[in-house]
Amino acid sequence: MEKKEFHVIADTGIHARPATLLVQSASKFNSEITLQYQDKSVNLKSIMGVMSLGVGKDADVTISAEGADEADAIAALAETMKKEGLSE
Amino acid sequence: MAEKVLKGIAASDGIAIAKAYMLVDPDLSFEKTTVTDVEAEVKRLHDAFDASKAELQVIKDKAVENLGAEEAEVFEAHITILSDPEMLGQIEGKIKDDKVNAEEALKEVTDTFISMFEAMTDNAYMQERAGDIRDVTKRVLSHLLGVTLPSPALIDSEVIVVAHDLTPSDTAQLDRKYVKGFITDIGGRTSHSAIMSRTLEIPAVVGSETATTDLKEGTTLILDGINGAALIDPTDAEVSDYQQQAKDFADQKAEWEKLKNEATVSKDGKHFELASNIGTPDDMDGVLEAGSEAIGLFRSEFLYMNSPELPDEDTQFEAYKKVVEGMNGKPVIVRTMDIGGDKHLPYLPLPDEMNPFLGYRAVRISLDRDDIFRTQLRALLRASHYGQLRIMFPMIATLDEFRQAKAIFEEEKAKLVADGTPVADDIKLGIMIEIPAAAILADQFAKEVDFFSIGTNDLIQYSFAADRGNERVSYLYQPYNPSLLRLIKHVIDAAHANGRIAGMCGEVAGDQIAVPLLMGLGLDEFSMSSTSVLKTRSLMKTIDTTEMAKLADRALNECVTNEEVKELVEKNVFGK
Repeated sequence: MEKKEFHVIADTGIHARPATLLVQSASKFNSEITLQYQDKSVNLKSIMGVMSLGVGKDADVTISAEGADEADAIAALAETMKKEGLSE
Repeated sequence: MAEKVLKGIAASDGIAIAKAYMLVDPDLSFEKTTVTDVEAEVKRLHDAFDASKAELQVIKDKAVENLGAEEAEVFEAHITILSDPEMLGQIEGKIKDDKVNAEEALKEVTDTFISMFEAMTDNAYMQERAGDIRDVTKRVLSHLLGVTLPSPALIDSEVIVVAHDLTPSDTAQLDRKYVKGFITDIGGRTSHSAIMSRTLEIPAVVGSETATTDLKEGTTLILDGINGAALIDPTDAEVSDYQQQAKDFADQKAEWEKLKNEATVSKDGKHFELASNIGTPDDMDGVLEAGSEAIGLFRSEFLYMNSPELPDEDTQFEAYKKVVEGMNGKPVIVRTMDIGGDKHLPYLPLPDEMNPFLGYRAVRISLDRDDIFRTQLRALLRASHYGQLRIMFPMIATLDEFRQAKAIFEEEKAKLVADGTPVADDIKLGIMIEIPAAAILADQFAKEVDFFSIGTNDLIQYSFAADRGNERVSYLYQPYNPSLLRLIKHVIDAAHANGRIAGMCGEVAGDQIAVPLLMGLGLDEFSMSSTSVLKTRSLMKTIDTTEMAKLADRALNECVTNEEVKELVEKNVFGK
């Protein structure tokens, strides 16, 4: 399993267009991918799940991937987080 | 004779003959049933999801093509919701565990999500998403039930759109190639749908009351946007008669076309500035085609309404710069954000008010939320370097409000100058005259304000205390009433006494009865839909301003009613 922690810097947290892109990016991989925030964990391929977490600014979240392409998935998601201004 | 003639309000000139496209939600009601073949029901669900996704992909591609990627984002969001494995899994689970039909399972699961998002009252964005889920559910349900959910983006043959009302997102998706016109049940000459029809240059009739009940999908109709009527199932004779009228109208337009590069000069040689009203940089094509001499009103709120979140400084700067550069040195008046009233931003929830038109809107929001206001002013200041940009504040009631707005403007200007950002140093600051209190005190305002632009739509609504969206009081939309004309004269005189320019940017500025009177009153600048510019230029060339000054005097002092003024002008100017 691969995992990576992120500190959310976007004023609006993880929602709107960046959330959609994050989900789309995750959906390209076969690995099981989850987004964890506080004590809750959701399927990162589910837009409803991601939005229901209500991740705001300054939140610390963890993305984990498990499967054959787990390393690639984490790298791609880290790239999306950065590109969309969600995290540094 | 046609089967029936519908009467409504003429919103946009022109004649169209085509079949009706009903932009009306179909009946999506269903019964909860128990299923025995669970696998078949799950397959039905999957098929409906796949069909919905395919349909949304088509809608999205069309939206990207016609409106740009940003406008299409909402459909991308819908597709992402449909691709959500968790949601689909839960619905499938319901079918398998509870043995209910797909419709019921879909509804129960999506209802849970909708209430969850709606409960996030501290997060307007999430509350909006509830609307997305509702839209997506409707689409899937339509496929399960085998009915068609109409969408403006799916139209691919020549039609006349029939709707109860058209929302901004509906009109944004109308493809001019296929949509030959539209007719709605509700709305008035200044409602959103009517304004859009003039921008799109398609004939339209609004406020017909019964269009959606009297018309059926595919019925042939003649839409007469000149007289505000629609003939249902017309006879061959009526069709050929209207084809002739449409041809005459096209010939007339071709005649006006010749005035494109001419200056706007009255018969006695007086120059007037003829300008266009626009909503987005995309409207520039129409402005240039019409040969407008300026942009008298850039409704900047459309930048906010067409965006999923507050547009940042750079996004706004690019939009203003594009327009200013496009005008090549000619003046561009940008009105700062006019939100509130009937215009809302999903990401900026406003409190529910009893009288939104009398409430928290326009400059009142800007002064309260100066973070939003400063961003806009900085974008405008930066764009001022690229041409002749002017700034106008909407809904100013008191001089204090103008002074506050100006002070914030000066602060932001000083900051940019200190940073070495190039900024024009002669930016004129004006106000909309749309509140009677400001109109009456125009002589005092004129000492401090660089220019006035009379916004007649609101000035009429506030002067006559008549909601402009309410058809029951639509008789009080009286643009020629001497009371209004006196108010306008007072504003123009006050401007001139102080060496200021008086313009107008409401519907009345392009009204063929009002224009001669306004020329007589000395109005300097007339700003209107681009589609009205050449027609008005053609009219203005025939008008003698000295004669009109006398006629205006009679209208203001001898006439008592709206109708009397109308008749006076018709008789003396148009020889009717």
